[in-house]
Amino acid sequence: MSGSTAGRVGGRVTPIGAASAGGVDPQIERIARSPEFQQLVSERTRFSWILTGLMLVVYFGFIGLIAFDKSVMAIKVGGATASLGLFLGVFVILFAFLLTGIYVARANTRFDALSDDLKRRVGR
Amino acid sequence: MIRHASLLLGLTLAAIAATAAYAAGPDLGAVQQSSTNWPAIGMFLFFVLATLGITYKAAKGTKSAADFYAAGGGISAGTNALAIAGDYMSAASFLGISGLVYTSGFDGLIYSTGFLVGWPIVLFLIAERLRNLGKFTFADVASFRLDQTAIRIISATGTLVVVAFYLIAQMVGAGKLIQLLFGLPYLYAVIIVGVLMIVYVAFGGMKATTWVQVIKACLLLGGATFMAGAVLYFYGFNPEILFKKAVEVHPKGEAIMAPGGLVSNPIEAISLGVGLMFGTAGLPHILMRFFTVSDAQAARKSVFYATGLIGYFYILTFIIGFGGIALLMSDPSYFKLGAAGTFDKLKDMVGGTNMVAVNLANAVGGPYFLGFISAVAFATILAVVAGLTLAGASAVSHDLYAQVFARGRTSEAAEVRLSKIAAVVIGIVAIVLGYIFENQNVAFMVGLAFSVAASCNFPVLAMSILWRGTTTWGALAGGLVGLVAAVTMVVLSKAVWVTTFGHPAALFPYDNPALFSMPLAFATIFVVSLMDRSRRAQRERAAFEAQYVRSETGIGAAGAHAH
Repeated sequence: MSGSTAGRVGGRVTPIGAASAGGVDPQIERIARSPEFQQLVSERTRFSWILTGLMLVVYFGFIGLIAFDKSVMAIKVGGATASLGLFLGVFVILFAFLLTGIYVARANTRFDALSDDLKRRVGR
Repeated sequence: MIRHASLLLGLTLAAIAATAAYAAGPDLGAVQQSSTNWPAIGMFLFFVLATLGITYKAAKGTKSAADFYAAGGGISAGTNALAIAGDYMSAASFLGISGLVYTSGFDGLIYSTGFLVGWPIVLFLIAERLRNLGKFTFADVASFRLDQTAIRIISATGTLVVVAFYLIAQMVGAGKLIQLLFGLPYLYAVIIVGVLMIVYVAFGGMKATTWVQVIKACLLLGGATFMAGAVLYFYGFNPEILFKKAVEVHPKGEAIMAPGGLVSNPIEAISLGVGLMFGTAGLPHILMRFFTVSDAQAARKSVFYATGLIGYFYILTFIIGFGGIALLMSDPSYFKLGAAGTFDKLKDMVGGTNMVAVNLANAVGGPYFLGFISAVAFATILAVVAGLTLAGASAVSHDLYAQVFARGRTSEAAEVRLSKIAAVVIGIVAIVLGYIFENQNVAFMVGLAFSVAASCNFPVLAMSILWRGTTTWGALAGGLVGLVAAVTMVVLSKAVWVTTFGHPAALFPYDNPALFSMPLAFATIFVVSLMDRSRRAQRERAAFEAQYVRSETGIGAAGAHAH
């Protein structure tokens, strides 16, 4: 993986998005530096990673319980036939749906408002 | 017209009970051809005629490349959600998971949850950015600021490998299912599926494919809802009574309410989970669906609705599996009886345990509902293979031909024409592969498709969008390492090394490689990108800013007219 020869393979320079070959588009620069953009990105990034983390913890927690402690999953809930594992499995499914709902609700209100502010400011 | 000796059937079913455990994606195994089922064929013909009519209409409205690959970007969020669900809910998950619930109870839930939990990840990290950056394929996004040639080659390779494995599993499943449900010979079935998918994709492009998936999703959700509703109706809409009855009649008794043999090794369990979860976020035919909506808002809403529909569907399959236990197990007419009228409740079901949902349809709705569910199962396969074919054809025409071979110097019309030719070729290859693999165990192939998607497509896509430091060399090396590692580990695992090649012991101890191959791909992208000191790498890091602004805001995004 010698980096020194890497640059020439492929050879072709492709114009990228709004950026010209010489440097970064001043318009892009202006948006990236604006407080609205910074706020939108930091809020949304934090929010999505928190939700991603929650999903990972819940799902791998469920798988972990199955893998490491089957007896917990077999516990009968309230003396009935349905086991704790069954409730947890259905819970994982509902939880996944609920998380996507929470994200969409937040994005439809807060993030879209921030994004609209930004677009107004940069004069689109 | 019995094509398989019943001894073989019994052996295969026993093998499925043992191997379906770890291979992600339960399959259909060996089956016997039954007598011709005319109500099912009639209903299926009706479906085919309706979808061909839609294809004809879609073909007339498909003129530009955007029409062909992305249905002109004019699909609504609700429609796209149904199409995503139609693309994702395969016959294997409908019949296979209800069959797994029937034999092992709780263990079926492990697949149901695994197939669902990838969707929140798609929403939080991928969907909106994908829509903001791309046009037709996920390679558009991965190569946004990286080298077109290198990144499109690795993305298209990842796409074609995933499509190939997924398609083989679907074709073989389709052949067996149709043999069983409609009483048609295997080869006819494979040819019918192949020809129809060519017609949908080559003539109707994304518009026809979308509507085939939407209709199929409605039929499948409707049919499964009716079946689960009927089961609950029998037990006074009280699941507790259903579970009690199931525990009473099931040979494993109380054990069906707890985890059984499916997950015995913790590493295996986690690896399966990683593959299912992140594989979903790397499936090319699913990622393509996000370019059919007008903007990021619509992409976001479509994942939310789709997650609801798919989650609902998996809960239904669970009820259907338990309904199968409670309603079929004590009725000898659904079993092949041995001497003295005895039968094994787990192994002797007519058509095999994957036919639980189909037999249950007969039990709750009679022969016409059985025909309906059979037709739905066929339609389900068609919708999935059409989505796969379109994704494969797009990788060939839009990524390999237009960007790599013609270096961007081609016309839209030529690109679309090539895409149609590619769809025909992929269809023919799928028919041939379906024929070749008729008697092979393909249970591992859906799992392999998910593993490759999680280990090649997903890391390349995620790193190019999310990390400024990613360079072409990094993405290329990481994608290649992930792809090769995932395929090699599966080949050396028990499912292929021992079962297919007949070696005495597996060289790789786990059946699911994703826990190892995916981090390996991410680490390779990271390390190689860090080491990359080329001029191009510097340019690529500098170009992240522009990509970042567009991916986060949609400013400058293709076809975003809705603002």
